[in-house]
Amino acid sequence: MSRTFEGKTLRFSHVGSALEVVLNRAPCNEIGLETLTELEVLANYVRDGASGARAMIFYSEIPTGFSAGADLKALYTGIVERRAKGMTMAAATQEVRSFLDRIHSVFNAFDMAPFTTIAATHGVVFGGGFELALTCDVIIADKSARFCFPELRLGLVPGFGGIPRLSRDVGNAVVRDLLLTGRSLNATRAHEVGLVSQLVARGEVLAATRALATQTARFDAATTTTAKTFMKPIPTEQLANEKALFTMLFTSPIVEAALAKFFHSTDVRPYLP
Amino acid sequence: MSEQDLTARLIDLAAKRFKKSAESLKSDDDFFQALGIDSMQAMELLTEIEEHFEVEVPDYELQGVTTFAGLAEVVKRRVP
Repeated sequence: MSRTFEGKTLRFSHVGSALEVVLNRAPCNEIGLETLTELEVLANYVRDGASGARAMIFYSEIPTGFSAGADLKALYTGIVERRAKGMTMAAATQEVRSFLDRIHSVFNAFDMAPFTTIAATHGVVFGGGFELALTCDVIIADKSARFCFPELRLGLVPGFGGIPRLSRDVGNAVVRDLLLTGRSLNATRAHEVGLVSQLVARGEVLAATRALATQTARFDAATTTTAKTFMKPIPTEQLANEKALFTMLFTSPIVEAALAKFFHSTDVRPYLP
Repeated sequence: MSEQDLTARLIDLAAKRFKKSAESLKSDDDFFQALGIDSMQAMELLTEIEEHFEVEVPDYELQGVTTFAGLAEVVKRRVP
């Protein structure tokens, strides 16, 4: 039986043959514990086949964008609270590792969903939000979308599987450009490098995504799953390496200092270290 | 295109995007304050600029840039 879900950060329901997932957590769908817990509900449903859905669509109702990535403010307050409780760095690192294990499990479930998955993106598609979009089979972007891995500004690397998944989809030079410069690519450029499959006018991304979802439903379900499994292997070893790298870097004082600067900043200008 | 012309075009573009009067904006205005925008909206402006002039402007080149004239200086380097 098809189900609907109404959470605090997202909701999902069946629309035609597609399962539509709507991200809606102000200010820009930052991914913290609450979002993760609700994504786990969705991941379990997807693992169970999502009641025969033929496609899954992710989109955001937040005008600013698809998602700004990990909830950095929660990450910082978590560090401060753990210290206040006298928690050792080893224990704190274990908590981060546990969070990463959970998010990787969820993202792998989306990545391996037995139907076509589509990210309908606009505006900010940064960090963890970009990594969520990269789990999808197809990314459609309206012309306002910008894609960015800002993690090096914090002394980190992407930790939700972004590097292996981006490497799976585009050339290494593009990965290095995004990773090492921390710059954002506009939708047109992202389309040119093959990251974005379809580029649409502002405000048209959901209509284009639904049209694609309808198209995929015309094909045989088992054939779609077979084709997807053949063409989209999970980069298991690289994902594990990325997790280990993130956890190692997280223990550096550089990270806490950068997060503190971000947390306490009242400047309207973009955060830069 | 002169830097002065480019500044004027950037002001027009920003005014249109954020619904301000172009006449009220000056080349040495702090565009964050003059437009009343935050960092997310600055990304929108960057996208508009890149689209309009068909260029790419890396975010890091805008670090410390606060005025329309300063913005024009950075964009000019990218316009063929």
